[in-house]
Amino acid sequence: MFFRVALLVLRKDFAIEAKSREILTTTLLFAVSCVLVFAFALVKEGEAPPDAAPAILWIAIMFSGTLALGRTFERERYGETLRALLLAPAPRPALYVGKLLGIVLLLGVAELVLVPLVAFFFGAPFFVQPVLMALLLVAGTVGFAAVGTLFAAMLMRVRTRDVLLPILLYPITVPVIIAGVRGTAALLASPPDEVTATMWLAIVVAFDVVFVTLSLWTFEVLMTE
Amino acid sequence: MKKLFAPLLIVTAVLFAAALMLIARVPPESTMGLVQKIFYFHVPAWIGMYAGIAVCAVASIIYLVTGRPAADRLAASGAELTVLFGLVGLVTGPLWARKAWGVWWQWDARLTIALLLWLIFVAYLVVRKYGGPGAEKLAAAVALFGTAVSPFVYMSVNIWRTVHPLTSVMPQLPKSAPEMVPPMAATSLAFLLLFCVLLIARIELGRRQAAVDELYLAHEEGAA
Amino acid sequence: MTDDFESVRLTDVSRHFGRRRALSRLSLTIGAGDILGLLGPNGAGKSTLLGVLATLVRPNTGEVTFGDRPARRWGAPLRQRIGLLAHELHLYAELTARQNLTFFSELYGLKPADTVHAALERAGLSDRADDEVAGFSRGMRQRLALERALLHRPRLVLLDEPFTGLDDRSVGAVADRVRQLASTGAIVVLATHDLDLADGLVTRVALMRDGRMLLDEAASAGLRARYRAVVGN
Repeated sequence: MFFRVALLVLRKDFAIEAKSREILTTTLLFAVSCVLVFAFALVKEGEAPPDAAPAILWIAIMFSGTLALGRTFERERYGETLRALLLAPAPRPALYVGKLLGIVLLLGVAELVLVPLVAFFFGAPFFVQPVLMALLLVAGTVGFAAVGTLFAAMLMRVRTRDVLLPILLYPITVPVIIAGVRGTAALLASPPDEVTATMWLAIVVAFDVVFVTLSLWTFEVLMTE
Repeated sequence: MKKLFAPLLIVTAVLFAAALMLIARVPPESTMGLVQKIFYFHVPAWIGMYAGIAVCAVASIIYLVTGRPAADRLAASGAELTVLFGLVGLVTGPLWARKAWGVWWQWDARLTIALLLWLIFVAYLVVRKYGGPGAEKLAAAVALFGTAVSPFVYMSVNIWRTVHPLTSVMPQLPKSAPEMVPPMAATSLAFLLLFCVLLIARIELGRRQAAVDELYLAHEEGAA
Repeated sequence: MTDDFESVRLTDVSRHFGRRRALSRLSLTIGAGDILGLLGPNGAGKSTLLGVLATLVRPNTGEVTFGDRPARRWGAPLRQRIGLLAHELHLYAELTARQNLTFFSELYGLKPADTVHAALERAGLSDRADDEVAGFSRGMRQRLALERALLHRPRLVLLDEPFTGLDDRSVGAVADRVRQLASTGAIVVLATHDLDLADGLVTRVALMRDGRMLLDEAASAGLRARYRAVVGN
């Protein structure tokens, strides 16, 4: 029942998104312009500072993720459909999981474009250690999305939700940013520092476990009046 | 609780006066001069901030589980004191650092962690103020998540900063500079008592605001 | 412990939002076959009351009892028996009528093959089934939303202004639907400020103002005059 409902919500969001591809396209374009802004800000004499590439990648993911979170829940606000979802006999945490999976998939697609793009513009060898790199990206995205989905959902009926989401989300996801950037930088070193990267990966995975659990526990309480 | 307020206030005031005298009597440190004495206020400020975080976190969890308004008021008071004492710490820290190390801010692990936690509880207050009706639950979630993330913040920032290892001054104090212990103990205790005094006052203020709201509601009921 | 109920009782229910009292010591009992007309000016608390009945809003004081036990002892099976047509309609504008009904069918654990086609017919939207809801008129959305709320054949049917945007023929169809629901044992609560429509349809009348229940009695003729006398102009 739990996973059936989560997948139902995911499929529904996918069906909506597949029609216009609005959130996907605009999120991708935003991420690209983010990268470009950083490029113009940081590149001097045709060279970016060392370690700029991992930083730019993760910042672009976080910024576009924040926007995508807001817009995903905006869709549920329109017909107050989130209320209808809460009214159904479905377990409430399953709704959270469905939304979380949707965001993770969306960001995953964005990262499929972002990683090669940043690698291209900054000559960063992201693909030397593809497995660890992919794991780090997945774990980091899940951690960011886990907290982001919960906060975006609970802020849905708040008037100042657009600006409150970053204010709440960024301090709490700082460990993900540090681990993501430092872990990616370790993989880009020559030779790649797998030990350090694995350590950072472990920290992010622990973060994911803690915060997905915490979100599952508190979702129902926070969403009911 | 209310009866403790006046005696506590007096004790706190006396303790502050005593602490100031003790601080004045310690000879100024050789390299830093007078500015070093900020130290006696900087460290206790953190004690106050972490006490506030503890109060806010526990009260928020109780509020999320039971929904009792008293728990919510306690959490709000704790958060305000966290931000207040944290601000003292964040202002005194750079003032001290400028004199000691020549830079205002160098991403010292402990200061950075404190800054992050401070920001989380500033966000708590922002949510309470601008979150509209029902914002108390959202703020409690912020406090809960902020507390849950602190071990991760601690771990990641420390590893992030091990390039410049730092020694911890405080535990070595009794051995290295025994004359600093009495004023430090005095200010620490004074700040802790000040925390309690402010907390009691703030809780009482919250209770009275709730009572006024009750009166409004009762009035509306009786009016029609 | 059965998974169904035949009556709903509110006892001394109050709800406030900050300093604003939305519901003030409300008591009410409704049973199977009742069509309760919830009348009152805007801001009377009708929507909040419907929210409480739907278990989406928890009262600050008082109790809501469904059948033999209070709401908090029920859990998820209670929501299987409640249907709500809210003012906001609860439809996904980007999906088609059929997709909306299919999604909600599956969400309630029903097989779309059994329910969607019939619902589309009852809503009179069979020929527009595969058009996006965004392109529908208010009346069409209203009819679709009503069928969406009734997909799972709920015991408690809560309707918030169900006649908005409907032409006369549709109003008649909806009124017939409501009567049919009540005759099969549903408990219907219908909030409206259209007294003429309520007149002749409802079996009981509850008048609200400022969160308070002013009147709760069996329907009789001359609803408008009665309303004016109690609520004032």
